[in-house]
Amino acid sequence: MLYNIFIDPFVQMAQMPDLLVQTLWEGLVAGVLYALIALGFVLIFKASGVFNFAQGIMVVFAGLTLVGLYEKLSPSTGQGLGAFLALVLTIGVMFVLAWTIERVVLRPLVNQPDIILFMATFGITFFLIGFGESIFGGSPKKMITEQLLLPTGAIDLNILGGRVIIQKLDIAAAVIAGLMVAGLALFFQYTRIGRALRAVADSHKAALSVGISLNQIWVIVWFTAGIVALVTGIMWGARSDVSFGLSVIALKALPVLILGGFTSVPGAIVGGLIIGIGEKMGEFYWGPLVGGGIESWLAYIIALAFLLFRPQGLFGDKIIERI
Amino acid sequence: MLYREAGQFKTTYEADMAVFPIRQDRIGLGLIILAAFLLPLFSSDFFIGTVMVPFLVFSLAAIGLNLLTGYTGLLSLGTGAFMGVGAYACYKLTIAFPEVNVLIWIVASGFFSAAVGVLFGLPSLRIKGFYLAVATLAAQFVLEWCVVRIPWLYNYSSSGSIDVPTRTLFDIAITGPQATPTTRYLVLLSIVVIFTWIASNIVRGRIGRMWMAIRDMDIAAELMGIRPLQTKLLAFAVSSFYCGVAGAVMMFLWYGGGEAKDAFNINLSFNILFMIIIGGLGALLGAFLGAGLLHLVPIFLKFGLPALGVPIGGETAEHWTHIIIGMLIIFFLIVEPHGLARLWSITKQKLRMWPFPY
Amino acid sequence: MSGAGLGKGDELLKVENVSLRFGGVKAITDVSFDIRKGEIRAIIGPNGAGKTSMLNCINGFYHPQEGAITYKGIKRGRMRPYVAASQGIARTFQNVALFKGMTTLDNIMVGRTLKMSSPFFWQLWRHGPAMREEVEHRRFVEEIIDFLEIEHIRKVPVGKLPYGLQKRVELGRALAMQPELLLLDEPMAGMNLEEKEDMCRFILDVSSQYGTTIALIEHDIGVVMDLSDRVVVLEYGRKIADGTPDVVKADQKVIDAYLGVGH
Repeated sequence: MLYNIFIDPFVQMAQMPDLLVQTLWEGLVAGVLYALIALGFVLIFKASGVFNFAQGIMVVFAGLTLVGLYEKLSPSTGQGLGAFLALVLTIGVMFVLAWTIERVVLRPLVNQPDIILFMATFGITFFLIGFGESIFGGSPKKMITEQLLLPTGAIDLNILGGRVIIQKLDIAAAVIAGLMVAGLALFFQYTRIGRALRAVADSHKAALSVGISLNQIWVIVWFTAGIVALVTGIMWGARSDVSFGLSVIALKALPVLILGGFTSVPGAIVGGLIIGIGEKMGEFYWGPLVGGGIESWLAYIIALAFLLFRPQGLFGDKIIERI
Repeated sequence: MLYREAGQFKTTYEADMAVFPIRQDRIGLGLIILAAFLLPLFSSDFFIGTVMVPFLVFSLAAIGLNLLTGYTGLLSLGTGAFMGVGAYACYKLTIAFPEVNVLIWIVASGFFSAAVGVLFGLPSLRIKGFYLAVATLAAQFVLEWCVVRIPWLYNYSSSGSIDVPTRTLFDIAITGPQATPTTRYLVLLSIVVIFTWIASNIVRGRIGRMWMAIRDMDIAAELMGIRPLQTKLLAFAVSSFYCGVAGAVMMFLWYGGGEAKDAFNINLSFNILFMIIIGGLGALLGAFLGAGLLHLVPIFLKFGLPALGVPIGGETAEHWTHIIIGMLIIFFLIVEPHGLARLWSITKQKLRMWPFPY
Repeated sequence: MSGAGLGKGDELLKVENVSLRFGGVKAITDVSFDIRKGEIRAIIGPNGAGKTSMLNCINGFYHPQEGAITYKGIKRGRMRPYVAASQGIARTFQNVALFKGMTTLDNIMVGRTLKMSSPFFWQLWRHGPAMREEVEHRRFVEEIIDFLEIEHIRKVPVGKLPYGLQKRVELGRALAMQPELLLLDEPMAGMNLEEKEDMCRFILDVSSQYGTTIALIEHDIGVVMDLSDRVVVLEYGRKIADGTPDVVKADQKVIDAYLGVGH
C-alpha cells in the first residue's frame, strides 16, 4: 500500500519519461486556462473588492456570444470577415455588460459588506445563464477556431524514447495568455488609468478624495475582465465545446486564487499552473489507486492543505490583525 | 387595527423572552400550523406532492444553512454534499436494520452528516470568508465523487441509483412507492415543525448569541471568552445535522430514490444558498420565505403561465427561471440586503403603529 | 475567581521588559509597569506610542517577543485571548467593536457567556436548567442596563445607535463579564462634554461599587488626571514616566512629549 502511494508513481515517472512530459504538458495547458479565469477574478477583486463569482459564466457568455454572432453574420459577410466582425461586436457586448453591471448592480450596492457584493455576483451569474441560453440556446456550440486564424492540428515529438503529442492550439493559448498578462502588467504600471486602478485597489475612499472616479474605474476593470473572459472563452472553447457546463469548471479558479492570493496577478498565474499540473499528475499517477476521477476534487484539497500552512497565499503579506 | 399589543403587559422575563411576545403573533402562527396540517383535506395530491413536499424539504435545508451562514457568518457551498451524506446514511441504516423505525434513522442520519460537517469545518480555525468557501467546495466535490465511486453506498445496484424501501409507522406506509403524498407530507410537516422550534430555541439562547458574536466581530467575541474554533465547529455540526436530516427526508419522503447521485450536486448547494439570501440571512422565517419563493417561481413559470393562457415552453420557462432568480437576488440585495424576513418585520412594525405612524 | 486572595493595593498585573515587534517595526520597547488591585491606572501618550498594542498584549491578542506579563502572581505563557477572558480580564475598544446585528440586550448577554453552563441538551428545548439560567442572567444584565441608564434601547440593534450610546453598551458588555481587570481603550473618544461626564461617573462608580481594577487609555489629559490613581506615559513605544498624576504632570519629559521640545 505504502509502496503504491509513495514509490510506485515515481518509478513510473522515471521509467516512462515521455508519459511524464505529456502529463506535465497537459497540466500546464489546463493550468494556463485556470490562470486566465483566476486573472479575471484578481482584476476585479483588486479594483473593486468584489469577489466576482460570475467570472466563470462571463467566459462562457463571451464564447457563446462570439459563436452566436458569427453564426448570424457569416452567411452574409463570409467566414473570415464574419469571424472578425463577430469578435469586434463581442468586445462591444462585453463593454455593454461591464457598463450595465456597474450601473445596475455595483453602484446601488456601494459600501455594502463584501459578502453582499459577492452574493450579488451570484445574481449576475444566474441572469447571464438564463439570458445567454434564451438567446443562443442551451446546446453546446463549436468554437470558430479556424475562422479566427488560430492554429490547429498537433505536433508529434519523438523524444525520450516515446512520443509526446502537443496541440498547436495549446501553444498558441500559452503564448496569447503570456502576452495578455504582460500587456496587463504594463497597462497597470505605466498608464494613468493603471495608476488609478492601483490607487482604488488600496483604498476606495482615498482614491475618491483625490478625484478618481470610482464608477469609471469599475467599468474599465469589468470591461478588462470581460476581455480576459473572451480570450479564455476562445481558448477553452477551442479545446472542448462552448457550453454552460464549463461554469462548474470555473469554480476551479477558487483554489487557484487561494494559492496565489486574491490580489496578486503573478500569484494567479503561478497558482493556476500549480493546480493544473498538480491535478493532472495526481489523476494520472495516484488516481488509479482510488478508482480514478479524483481530478474533480484534488484541486480543492491541494488548496486546503496549503491554506492550513500559509493562510495568506503564496504572494500575500502576512496579515496583522488589528482592533 | 387588530394588530395591537396595548394591554399586554409582561411581568416576567420568561414572558418577555418568548418567541412571539405579542399575542396576535402567537394566534397567527397557531392558525398557520393548523392550516398546514389540514391542507391535504382541501388540495390535490399533485399540489401536495410537487409544491408542498419540496417546499418543506428546501425549508429544512435552508434552516440548516442559515444556522451556519446567516447566524455564524460562515459561507458554505457544500450544502448539497451534507444533505447527500444524510440521505445515504439513512439508506444504509434502514437497509441494515429494517426493523427499526425509519423516522429514527432519519434523525440518526443527521449525526453522520454532522460528523462530516465538523471534519470539513476544521479549517475554519485558520481561514475565513471566501477561503472557507473552498473548504466546503472540497466537501461538495469529494462527496459527489464518493457516491459515484463507492458502490457500497448504493448497494452495488447496476445503475448506481438507489430504491427507497417501504417503511411504515403505525402500519401506514410513510416511505417507498406505497406511501401517498399526503402521508409523506404530514410526516415531513411534523419533522419540519419540531426542527424549526428547536432551531429557534438554539438561536435565542447562549449558543445562538455566541454564533452571532462570532459572525459580527470575531476578535471581540474571542476577547469575551468565546472559543472561536469550538463555536464554529458547533455551528458546522448543528447546521450539517439539519442538512443531513433534510437530505434524508428529501430522499425518503420526496424523491423516493432514483438517480440519487445527481440530486445532491453543486446546483442544490447554490439553490439553498440563494434561498437564504433572498429569504433573509440570520432569520429562520427567511428560510421558509426564500424556499417558498425560489421553489414557486419555476413551478409558476412551468405550470402557472400555460394555465393562464401564456404559452411558454419547458425550455423557455427554465431560461426565464434563471433570469428571474438572478434579478430577484440582485433586487433584494439592493432593496433590502436582509431579505424578505426583514421586509416582513418592517411591515409588522408599521402595522403596530398604523394608522398613526408616530 | 482565584484572585480572591489579593487585597486592595496588591499587585494584580505586572508587565516586565515587554517588547513587541511587527516585522521590523517596533511597537513597544522594553516597557515595565504594574497595575494594583482596585486602582484606576491610566496609560497615556501621543498617537502611535503603543498604548493599544500594550492592552492587546495584556489580554493575549498580541504576543510580545520579549519580556513577561505576570497576572495574579502567575507568569503567563503564550495564550489565546479567550483564556485571558476566562481569567477575568475584560476589554472595550478604541473603535467600537460591538456585535452590530444584535440588540443591546443580546450584546450584554454575550458578556455573560463564560458564566453560563447549562448543557446543550437543555438548550435545544429552552426549558429546565437552560431557561432558569437564561432568566437569572437576564436579571443580572438588567441591573447593568439600569446602572448605565440604557433601558430605552434594550431591544434596539446596536448598529443603529449613536456613537456615545454604543460606547456605553460596550462598557456594559465588559461589565457583564464581572471582570477583575477592566481595560478601557479611549472610552471617551469622540464624545461631547456631557457624554464624557456621564462616562467618568460610570467609571468611578464601577471602581467604587464593584471594586474593579481599571486600566484606561485616554487622550483627554484633564479627565485622566482627575480619574486615575496612577499614570504611565508612553512615547514611541518606550515608557517615559510613571507615577501619580501630580508627579507625571511635573515631569519634564512628559511636558516635552506633549508640548514638543523647543529647538
